[in-house]
Amino acid sequence: MEAFVQSVVNGLGQGSIYALLALGYVMIYKATHVISFAQPALMIAGGLYAYHFTKVFELPFWVGMVLAVLAGALTGMIVERLALRPMIGKPVFTLAIITIGIDIVLRIFANRYIGVQSKIVTYPNGTKRYELFGITISQQRLGLIAVTIVTVVALALFFRYTRAGLAMRATALDQETAMAQGIRVGVIFALAWAIAGGLAAIAGTFVAAGTAGIDQATWIIALKALPAIIIGGLDSVPGAVVGGLAVGVIEALTASYQPDVAPWLGNNFSLVAPYALMFLVLLIRPYGLFGTKEVERV
Amino acid sequence: MLTVSNLEVVYNDVILVLRGVSLEVREGSIVALLGANGAGKTTLLRALTGLLDVHDGAITKGEVLLDGRPIHKWNASKIVGAGLGQVLEGRRVFSEFTVEENLRVGGHTRRGSLTSAIDEVYDLFPVLRERRKRTAGYLSGGEQQMLAMGRALIAQPKVLLLDEPSLGLAPKVVKQIKDIIVEINQRGTTVLLVEQNASMALSIAQHGYVMEHGKVVMDRPAAELLADDDIRDFYLGRGEMATSYRDLKHYKRRKRWLS
Repeated sequence: MEAFVQSVVNGLGQGSIYALLALGYVMIYKATHVISFAQPALMIAGGLYAYHFTKVFELPFWVGMVLAVLAGALTGMIVERLALRPMIGKPVFTLAIITIGIDIVLRIFANRYIGVQSKIVTYPNGTKRYELFGITISQQRLGLIAVTIVTVVALALFFRYTRAGLAMRATALDQETAMAQGIRVGVIFALAWAIAGGLAAIAGTFVAAGTAGIDQATWIIALKALPAIIIGGLDSVPGAVVGGLAVGVIEALTASYQPDVAPWLGNNFSLVAPYALMFLVLLIRPYGLFGTKEVERV
Repeated sequence: MLTVSNLEVVYNDVILVLRGVSLEVREGSIVALLGANGAGKTTLLRALTGLLDVHDGAITKGEVLLDGRPIHKWNASKIVGAGLGQVLEGRRVFSEFTVEENLRVGGHTRRGSLTSAIDEVYDLFPVLRERRKRTAGYLSGGEQQMLAMGRALIAQPKVLLLDEPSLGLAPKVVKQIKDIIVEINQRGTTVLLVEQNASMALSIAQHGYVMEHGKVVMDRPAAELLADDDIRDFYLGRGEMATSYRDLKHYKRRKRWLS
């Protein structure tokens, strides 16, 4: 039982990272109906900003993280302005392909910076562990989960109650009508990318503060956020969170139990498990657990 | 007052849709704009409110003046802020939003609290108050039209452009919409009404314009248009046309309009 809870807790920690990344995807999808494949690169960029601020400029961790989030948001906005704004009105498929290109370009810059040694950000008292009923959790993980909760609540409030949040949702539903209400669609797109970049930077900072840090292959973990958003529903904030956490937990559980329970599935099945879950969800609820069903009057 | 002079609009750089349209909407009036499909009515409205970009269109000549200020180079947001609102063809409510959220989006350009403006709209459309928490996409067609109009009114436009508000509605609902347009006008909003339902539009308008092939071909007080023989034939229908196939050859559009 303890082992089970322990692996759920581990999964929730890793899942928080997926959730933050998934939120970034959802943000851009909601505003522009584009699935942005640039999230992995934005995550790496955010982690490297945090590294630079804390290691090179020797700022405290939290200050470095805030600056990294701002820098990540700025990166997102620049990417939107340079690569996507000129393509407004073009098919979303084209835009999605462009984001793949952006991802590659950003990662080439990032890899130059990373070099051969992985970049690790030190979390304050990161090695300190808490123990409760036989479950241990590191302070870094606790911090991650707390930051995730705060971020999610803030975003949910933003979308429900603020003018800008409402304008973003309106733009997602119908661009022309949104424009007719006086909403500046360009500003909304920039805002969406800024938020996505900021979220990716939070995730990146915590990845960099993990045991492995950021090396040239780290970006792959950001792809786990894809099954997360499909499980949760492409356009749903709570869905992204639940999806992200579900992917983290299922991964951790498979990693601890599958080798004993179902060894015939082979090694490293935990990497595949999120996608298996995604298929299952797609079969039962094609628009995701929390995705919006299309509103249609019959 | 809204003045359009010699407006020329081109889509995709080559398709000339408006060829020198001029019209005038006096303050406090209702002006009807009639025309068959493809005459350029919707294009004209898009040009007025800065929505041509989305459709790859551009104004190549002419100007639009709102109270003497040229607005044809402004973006949509600035135009709405300056007091020119539009209800798009086909209602276009945000279907996944609640009624109230739709109205709040309508107030995007306004500073400060929207509560009193929303209340005013609810007074004009009491049925919307009953449905305030409902999903807009599930409202009836007439209610959606009211919501679309209410959403535009939240921004407190000086001039309101209505694109086919009677589209796809039952005659009884059309009557209701008509009364509402009159009431909106009486509350001080100037209205430019684009309609296929010519008799409805001319019955409440003071002045009417007829567009064909991207040009204004006729421009008269509404009462005169209602009495005009050609208008009756082509837009109102008087039932005595083409009663046999032999007469059909007489039914052709006039090459030139004398006005």
